[in-house]
Amino acid sequence: MTADGEIIHFDNVGLRYGTDREVLSDLTFTLFPGRFYFLTGASGAGKTSLLRLLYLAQRPSRGAIRMFGTDAITMPRGRLPQLRRRIGVVFQDFRLIPHLSAFDNVALPLRVAGHREDDLAGPVRDILDWVGLSDRIGARPPTLSGGEQQRVAIARAVIARPAMLVADEPTGNVDPDMAQKLMRLFEMLNRQGTTVVVATHDLDLLRKVPESLIMRLDRGRLSDPTGALRYPPRKVQ
Amino acid sequence: MRRLFRARGAELIPQARMSGPMPWVIAIMVAMTVIALAAGLALGNAVSSAKAEIEGGVTIQILEPRADVRAAQARRAVDAIKAMPGVSGLRLVPQAELDALIEPWLGTGIATATGSAVPVPALIDVRLKGPANPQALSIIEDALKPVAPSARVDAQSNWLKPVFDAMVSLQLLAIALVALLALALTAAVLLAARTALGTNRDTIEIVHLLGGTDSQVARVFQRSIGYDAAGGGAVGLALALVVILSLSRRFAGLGAGLVDNGALIWSDWLLLAAVPVLAILLAMVTARLTVLHALRKML
Ligand SMILES: Nc1ncnc2c1ncn2[C@@H]1O[C@H](COP(=O)(O)OP(=O)(O)OP(=O)(O)O)[C@@H](O)[C@H]1O
Ligand SMILES: [Mg+2]
Repeated sequence: MTADGEIIHFDNVGLRYGTDREVLSDLTFTLFPGRFYFLTGASGAGKTSLLRLLYLAQRPSRGAIRMFGTDAITMPRGRLPQLRRRIGVVFQDFRLIPHLSAFDNVALPLRVAGHREDDLAGPVRDILDWVGLSDRIGARPPTLSGGEQQRVAIARAVIARPAMLVADEPTGNVDPDMAQKLMRLFEMLNRQGTTVVVATHDLDLLRKVPESLIMRLDRGRLSDPTGALRYPPRKVQ
Repeated sequence: MRRLFRARGAELIPQARMSGPMPWVIAIMVAMTVIALAAGLALGNAVSSAKAEIEGGVTIQILEPRADVRAAQARRAVDAIKAMPGVSGLRLVPQAELDALIEPWLGTGIATATGSAVPVPALIDVRLKGPANPQALSIIEDALKPVAPSARVDAQSNWLKPVFDAMVSLQLLAIALVALLALALTAAVLLAARTALGTNRDTIEIVHLLGGTDSQVARVFQRSIGYDAAGGGAVGLALALVVILSLSRRFAGLGAGLVDNGALIWSDWLLLAAVPVLAILLAMVTARLTVLHALRKML
């Protein structure tokens, strides 16, 4: 199955950690560019595990994954960094580097991609301003509140304008107003072409993005109540 | 890409810079390695220069109690050896020098006190062009038999053989010490790299997931450990140099020939300076391999 314009395709993917039972089973779906996806499911259903496959932190135990038109399973290791740079990730546990300032944490993806120092200061300040942290630019993560750390993590995920944004419970630590605001940031990026995948069990969040598509994980198996995963819905706009 | 590592205050791996124990362990290991190596090299120099000096050396003693006969035999022996081919130097040790040699044991004024000199053998120092091997010695003995029957011919190297043997075994000991210390230094560096990897694993993983390449991550790490090893190496080398220089001044003060000849030459100093450089290289290569290995396991 090769759908034109697909960004991700999973074919019969399964994942087990070690020799345990499979935490993800028989996943077959396609993600299309420019869409906004929510991934829901109970705690322990496998949301983080699925996202780890998406941001190339993990190989599946079985099945095939195609990303950006290339086979992600057989691809040589050396090509993975290029792919990862097209994916922005908000980790469930933030994973900020504790001894770097908020500024340097956010600048990291740009530095990794080789951007010049002069070119990155402006955008980094802008995005930190956007998430309401302009006065905490020099603060180190351990001195930030949970919500502030989460916003730094989001800023880092979007700073390089990734083709795909993968966010694991990105609003878990912020108040509803900030959650709303962050969703608007994601929507804005989405409107500029970024495919967004947000894992959450906050059903209110789903309603905040009316054009979103929903995937539901139930004990490692995927269902798509909107039926939008296999057949590309008519293009929005 | 260098900017990732150079940005001010944005060091991916926090620089411990001589604050952890590892640089100091490396410093001590480097110091001991350098000192042991210097000792080994100095002993080697002493042995080989002393060897070269006495290799062609032959001592002839005229063991004759009657002073006049002894003097006559010594003169004839000198004449006989002068006529021999293959001799590059010859010296009849003057009586005054012989007296000086025995003075520490017998004291001065023995001749005047007893009215007759203590019968000290006459000594002739001969330097051969070739080595003083048994054939050379027997040729000399044959030549001396008719003219100086009281002559005894010895190669100087025979006399000093026990000293050489001792020096050679000391040198072997030094070499073994250098090998052991180098091994311990390697282990220290390995441990340092592992420890650093352990404490920075999260950072490494994050950079990796943000699209950092293996060599980008390895370079950051390598540089950080390189700094530590360089600091430790410099301190260790300085420490060792202080020890070596003050020891060599002590030995020079002794004025004993063998030790003087043990002075280090410029290539020895280069070798000593190479120890910390090797330690740094080893640290960086180890760090690199350790990180690359860890990254390979990460996908
Ligand atoms: N590294 C791991 N090793 C072994 N088991 C794991 C590992 N990570 C996750 N699991 C297991 O896989 C299952 C799915 O975990 P996962 O983190 O994907 O769930 P989740 O849907 O993200 O849950 P939550 O909503 O609580 O974040 C769980 O049963 C979990 O115990
Ligand atoms: Mg999770």
